Amino acid sequence: MQAVADDLFKALADPTRRAIFQWIARDGEQTVHSLTARAGVSQPAVSKHLAILKIARLVRDRREGRETHYSAQPRALVPLIDWMSHYGVFWRDRFERLEILLNKMEK
Amino acid sequence: MNISNPPTRSLIIEKDMPHPPEKIWLALTQAPLIGQWLMSNDFQPVVGHKFTLRSTPVPNWNGIIDCEVQVIEPNSRLSYSWGTMGMMSVVAWTLTPAKGGTRVRMEHSGFRSEEDANYKGASYGWQKFIGGLERVVAALDSPGKE
Repeated sequence: MQAVADDLFKALADPTRRAIFQWIARDGEQTVHSLTARAGVSQPAVSKHLAILKIARLVRDRREGRETHYSAQPRALVPLIDWMSHYGVFWRDRFERLEILLNKMEK
Repeated sequence: MNISNPPTRSLIIEKDMPHPPEKIWLALTQAPLIGQWLMSNDFQPVVGHKFTLRSTPVPNWNGIIDCEVQVIEPNSRLSYSWGTMGMMSVVAWTLTPAKGGTRVRMEHSGFRSEEDANYKGASYGWQKFIGGLERVVAALDSPGKE
């Protein structure tokens, strides 16, 4: 198992954060207010989720007037894709080891 | 060997092996044998038994996988949950007698978060999320994006 981006996994382990990230990724730049209206949780909670997404570099913020606008940075997802394709390598390797063991058991 | 990745992002590996199902079953279900090809473990072939698979820790991963036996059908079907880094998935083995041996099928599926069950409708489960990931990442390479 290779090293994975800890912040990325922490950010995406929460389903509300995944939902928030997907809204931004799909619908484009959004404010905390518009996200709060959709999320069904308090604005401080949404802000906290956005802060964690920002640490994981999944979103970028931009201030305009009194509002902060958040946009998605999907490139930050690349380590996750790598991690999942890693399971393909992992299981292929284990299948080989299983067969080596089975051949030894015959003796 | 056949490896495929359906849209749900489950991973399937199928391979015919020149060994009888009974022998492969032993390799899949006896702890010392599992330790020789998968990871060190405290597996027991009992439905509901909780066990851990342990490998060498690396940065950002403690090397521990928490599992629970879900299905035991001797010489035929075995499955266990597979939880690590807050993501739950399931590993299911199916052994089918084939000409000269056994068809071994392993499906590792349902990558999702442990918290999903508590989220209304689980509409943003890992499977759905991951299903959209490749499209999102593929779009990165298109001109005019990012």
